[in-house]
Amino acid sequence: MTRIRHSVLWYDRFFRYVFVASAALVSLIILAVVFFVARQGFLTFTVVSPWEFLFTTNWNPPANYGAFTFIFGSFAVTVLAICFGGPLGLAGAIFLAKVAPEWVRESLRPATDLFVGIPSVVYGWIGLTVFVPFVREHVNGAGFGLLVAGIILGIMILPTVISVSEDSLRAVSPALEEASYGLGATRWQTLSRVVLPAAAPGLVTAVILGMARAIGEAMAVQMVIGNSPQFPRSLVTPTATLTSEIVLEMGNTPFGSTWNNALFFMAFTLLVLSLAMILVVRLVVRHRGATP
Amino acid sequence: MNKYLADRLATACFWAAAAVITGILLFFLTHIFWRGAPVLSLAFVLGTPREMTAGGGVGPQLFNTFYILVLSLLFSLPIGVGAGIYLAEYARPGPLTNLIRLSTECLASVPSIVLGLFGAVVFVWYLGLGFCILAGAAALALLNLPVLVRVTEEALRAIPVSYREASLALGATKWQTIRRVVLPSALLGMVTGVSLVAGRALGESAILIYTAGLSVSRYFPDFDPFVAGETLAVHLWYVNAQSLVPDATRIADGSAALLVLVVLVFNLCIGIPSRILQRRLLGGGGK
Amino acid sequence: MGRLVAERLTAAEEAIRIKMEVQGLSVHYGNTPALSNVNLAVKANHVTALIGPSGCGKTTFLRTLNRMNDLIEGVRVTGRVLLDGEDIYRPGTDVVALRKRVGMVFQRPNPFPMSIYDNVAFGPRIHGLRDRRRLNEIVEKALRDAALWDEVKDRLRSSALGLSGGQQQRLCIARLLAVEPEVVLMDEPTSALDPISMLKIEELIQDLKATYTIVIVTHNMQQAARVSDSTAFFLSGELVEYGPTDVIFTRPRDRRTEDYITGRFG
Ligand SMILES: Nc1ncnc2c1ncn2[C@@H]1O[C@H](COP(=O)(O)OP(=O)(O)OP(=O)(O)O)[C@@H](O)[C@H]1O
Ligand SMILES: [Mg+2]
Repeated sequence: MTRIRHSVLWYDRFFRYVFVASAALVSLIILAVVFFVARQGFLTFTVVSPWEFLFTTNWNPPANYGAFTFIFGSFAVTVLAICFGGPLGLAGAIFLAKVAPEWVRESLRPATDLFVGIPSVVYGWIGLTVFVPFVREHVNGAGFGLLVAGIILGIMILPTVISVSEDSLRAVSPALEEASYGLGATRWQTLSRVVLPAAAPGLVTAVILGMARAIGEAMAVQMVIGNSPQFPRSLVTPTATLTSEIVLEMGNTPFGSTWNNALFFMAFTLLVLSLAMILVVRLVVRHRGATP
Repeated sequence: MNKYLADRLATACFWAAAAVITGILLFFLTHIFWRGAPVLSLAFVLGTPREMTAGGGVGPQLFNTFYILVLSLLFSLPIGVGAGIYLAEYARPGPLTNLIRLSTECLASVPSIVLGLFGAVVFVWYLGLGFCILAGAAALALLNLPVLVRVTEEALRAIPVSYREASLALGATKWQTIRRVVLPSALLGMVTGVSLVAGRALGESAILIYTAGLSVSRYFPDFDPFVAGETLAVHLWYVNAQSLVPDATRIADGSAALLVLVVLVFNLCIGIPSRILQRRLLGGGGK
Repeated sequence: MGRLVAERLTAAEEAIRIKMEVQGLSVHYGNTPALSNVNLAVKANHVTALIGPSGCGKTTFLRTLNRMNDLIEGVRVTGRVLLDGEDIYRPGTDVVALRKRVGMVFQRPNPFPMSIYDNVAFGPRIHGLRDRRRLNEIVEKALRDAALWDEVKDRLRSSALGLSGGQQQRLCIARLLAVEPEVVLMDEPTSALDPISMLKIEELIQDLKATYTIVIVTHNMQQAARVSDSTAFFLSGELVEYGPTDVIFTRPRDRRTEDYITGRFG
């Protein structure tokens, strides 16, 4: 009996350490990611001036390393994605959370799962086979460019925007709503004056998470952006983003070369932007905690 | 404006938004399968790819997709579930817990291409593995990890405290409580979460291009984890971007449909047995 | 000489009859006091009832007796709680072993989402019993002791969640009896039940007294009067009065006890 007792307690302690170690490992991994990507990336500046890299647009390695086009491209597709996907996603979330009758909601539920289930290369392939030819014929230009990338990303961020904002809309206390209905308000009045303000931090979080998803997306963008290191003259001229450029050039550059390091610095830029968005989300959520 | 009119208008807008979203989805799915279905023959699904001539299949890619998925889950499941258990069952509020939570969120937000580069530096280069299935699986594990932590923690937190109290009040240790009461009750939630993770991993490509590589072994199936292993998703990108085969369009159409099919079937398949399993754990035909 | 030995024996007997002793116990949740300076001795093979208005600290007190309070964030316990003369708050105490000796039944029935059989077998299994025949015996005995056997013997393998509330609570008691604790703590075990289930559990408590030491929290005065041997009255975290149940209920010494029992209390 005491032997059993002993081993039981030993297991208890052993697994506690296993779990603590796993948790610590997660922290260690993100530190390692930041460290390795940053170290490789900053090697760029032994050769290239930060000014040239960040603020000029002449990308012609190994002579010129002006990456501003890519930075601009990444921001541009993100903004476009939010313009397309943000309002649509928010409206969809409001529909699911507050407007849809039960049976509609239940039959739409798998739809969001399906959206998530489509891999990003498939989104890229759809962009390539549907949107690019369409824009080429009906708008103008080559079809490749910011516009199609923005549309595709706008669709890709829908599940993120919808699920996060739907959750926050559901979290609004029904008592608040009932109070508003009790005063004779219509559904739209209740939504716009009571529910949406109460859920605002969650909605902001949803949009930021959508942006984070858009700015980091590589494959779909690379397939439809045109991959030309030119500063875009319009929404339908080929250009490039940080992610598309990494995907495109990583395979052609030897590890340790300045060119390769420059790609790592682009990755580091993406990393910093994504982490910054997470911190913003944290602030927003904390703000919500302060004002219940 | 009349408030009733405004209400009607807003309602119409929301219905329209839902219709647009559903329309996009239906259009995408029809497009994928309309173009892909004619290509999906056994010869395509299980055949070997060709470099220069038409008529190749995607058998090795399909195999690699699952092989890398399994390996990556092998790496990430123990750690992810362990960290999730820590956060749900052991962690006390404090700076350490905050740090771990923040790390998980940060890791979840790292773009997959960046994780791909990290994998390329650490696994391919420093550890000297070269472009291979093992390196790809390890990198993919990093992508799975934060999601696994989150779904585990959520699944465990959904279990009522009273179960834990009952078990502890019988003299069970914490580990016994977790192992025999909490984990079995949370299993369904965890399996659902893992299937989401797996579905995403099946379609992942950015992280694999520069870790698992762009070529496939000459043998099929090849279980050697040290050879390069292009997956289906990567293949879809590759044939669009730089392949030399004359029937690239056909292969792309087929790969896209196959990929979506695989993800959907996978999610369906894992959902049903887990429900049965749950019923068995809850004890026979009661209730 | 002989008389002296006899006297010692009775003194020793008297000492054994104190199962748990609480000395100068205070409990804080963060900075809020929940119990202050409680002194109380729980007699072996007695039923001790804890009564008092809501929020007076009965649950808190009960949970200090098997250190379930450890699970709550920011709880501070001072004073001593002796189990057979040993302080259970002494550093180095095996809390898990303690909880095997001092078990607890909760206010709401909380069967595990497993079969009836597995619920009862849970305790013996975690304490290392593998033998199937022994397990079957223990499960049957525990269910019989909890007066549940006849109702469930044909459906041992079906889910415990399919039982009625009263059956679930008796199952929780059976589950506890299967680990053979020395002390059974019950926190309002019948408050979620109908009158018939309540009476069944009260009868059960009377039967269990022969083998176990029982401490029960209740809001039901009749219940306290019916089942308990001693009664402790708590008010705002203080132990106001403690003594034999008939004394507490018929001629309490403290005015506040009398007010509470007669229902003249806010
Ligand atoms: N987890 C906790 N955190 C902070 N304060 C608590 C906690 N649990 C109980 N308290 C406080 O401690 C005091 C005693 O609570 P306790 O639950 O012991 O009362 P009780 O006598 O069991 O009441 P009831 O009859 O309603 O069950 C109360 O003032 C309560 O608010
Ligand atoms: Mg209580």
